[in-house]
Amino acid sequence: MTTTTRTAIAVPDAPNSLIDQLRWTFVDAWTLTLRGINYWFRQPLQVVAGWAFMIMLVALYGLLFGGAMQVPDGGSYMEFLLPGMFVMTMAFGIGETMSSISVDAERGVTDRFRSMPMASSAVVLGRSFTDMLYSTVGLVVMIAAGLVLGWRWHGGIGETAAAFGLLLLLRFAMLWIGIFLGLIIPGPSAVNAVWTVLFPLTMVTAAFAPPETMPAWLGFIAEWNPLSATIYATRDLFGNPGVGGGSWVAQNATLMAFVWPVLIIALFLPLSVRRYRRLSR
Amino acid sequence: MGERNSTVVAEGLDKRYGSTRALDGFDLVVRRGSVCGLLGPNGAGKTTAVRILATLLRPDGGRAEVAGFDVVREAGRVRQRIGLVGQSAAVDEVLSGRQNLVMFGRLFHLGRRRAELRADELLEHFDLADTGRKAVKQYSGGMRRRLDLAASLILAPEVLFLDEPTTGLDPRGRNEVWASIRALVADGTTVVLTTQYLDEADQLADQICVIDTGRVIANGTPDELKSRIGGDRVDVVLHDAADLPAAAAIVERAAGAPADIDPDNRRVSAPVQDRMRVMSEIFAALGAANLSAEDLAVRRPTLDEVFMELTGRPAEPAPDTTTEEAA
Repeated sequence: MTTTTRTAIAVPDAPNSLIDQLRWTFVDAWTLTLRGINYWFRQPLQVVAGWAFMIMLVALYGLLFGGAMQVPDGGSYMEFLLPGMFVMTMAFGIGETMSSISVDAERGVTDRFRSMPMASSAVVLGRSFTDMLYSTVGLVVMIAAGLVLGWRWHGGIGETAAAFGLLLLLRFAMLWIGIFLGLIIPGPSAVNAVWTVLFPLTMVTAAFAPPETMPAWLGFIAEWNPLSATIYATRDLFGNPGVGGGSWVAQNATLMAFVWPVLIIALFLPLSVRRYRRLSR
Repeated sequence: MGERNSTVVAEGLDKRYGSTRALDGFDLVVRRGSVCGLLGPNGAGKTTAVRILATLLRPDGGRAEVAGFDVVREAGRVRQRIGLVGQSAAVDEVLSGRQNLVMFGRLFHLGRRRAELRADELLEHFDLADTGRKAVKQYSGGMRRRLDLAASLILAPEVLFLDEPTTGLDPRGRNEVWASIRALVADGTTVVLTTQYLDEADQLADQICVIDTGRVIANGTPDELKSRIGGDRVDVVLHDAADLPAAAAIVERAAGAPADIDPDNRRVSAPVQDRMRVMSEIFAALGAANLSAEDLAVRRPTLDEVFMELTGRPAEPAPDTTTEEAA
């Protein structure tokens, strides 16, 4: 019986200085990141299935429809498609983040964290580390798959790195949408319903076909979909075809690929923080 | 505020949700090392009270101290000294039991090595040591609860809050959890538990606070509460439900008090003062009236009857009002 008694364990001192608090925040966030990494080792099948799904989409669109598709500035459809698929991989991150947050809330794990002497920002920080890490690895897998299927980048090292930077910035913006939605929706079953609504929004972009070829209203939505800016910008930076001609978004793609995610973060980060604080009301 | 030997003190806690008063002047004093049962139907405010005491909710009014620290101003210090077991087992379903405990131990800032040692200790103690790498989702309900309990005991808290710890468990799981709670109390942990099971409060608690509409309406030991409604009761169980009215008349005459008739159990019961005289009178009168009784006994009242007496309605929730409390 003695193992559970108070004598067994000393209560660690609470952090006094700002530096100690910061240290606790990062140590806690790292512990939660390890939790996420443990998930991959415990559910390797799910991780691989997620990648396989994306690779299958690339193969499906690229090989099945690719032959019939006319790329605007000429060039290979696979090269036109891949930047869009990278962006979709980032956008699908909303679903991953949303369901993790929502499962923790439903099971009471969030409450357990909140009743513990840990830095409250560490929960969100840990989620960011985990999801960004996961998406980065996913992106690398997609790039490898793309290279196998005939996609190439033609830009210099700086441009290529900038393209990846924009993709990860987009993922970081998606993270905050996911956290906010995960906090407001009532449970994991509702996550599927929300995702059903969001999923088409990740498809109505410039990823598969140029918006000019769509009905005007749909083309407008696709053009102004925040994902499209990143698609245009990364095509440009990778030196892939389909950068687009006339539209304002296409002409200012790199700017918008930066502005959109920043706007999204500026909106959803404070909303999420507010929502998290409201848990104690 | 607070006496030296009480470790949970709440004074006039208020909590409103819109026009609903979840807590309305809630007072509580829990003696160090005791078990306090918060008993009440769904929506009475039990969970709200526990969530405020466990620093998860801010009260709109009043104040509370746990382990000597204010739950609002010194929440961080309170959090180092409490454990919380909520209504659902708050553990990660994908990870193994050990991975869960190591993770929570590290989040309690024990460091990796001490967190691992502590995890193994607790797994051993809660009889979960042989679960190995198995994911928690493969655990039984009782095992999950025990892991949940273990996770809230990592720092060996002074005060442990249990919010309906056995809801949804089968009788076996319930007994497992009860045994764990008893062992903790024997170790000196103060326990505050909410329950809507009267027998659970009766089994575990030294002190019971009956809660209704956000305030404590009665407070005392199980025995004190029972004697508040007139001490012992006499039960007569009949073989034939048709004899109930006649038997009730006999019981009322003997006991000198109105009798309750429970047709489902073919039982008549009434409060008694002079147990032996009433028993023998009823025994004789039943025989004279040629009524055949299955059982005749004097017993202490149940907490269900206590609640009925205090609030004028039964404590067991109607099936359609079970979701309110979770919010």
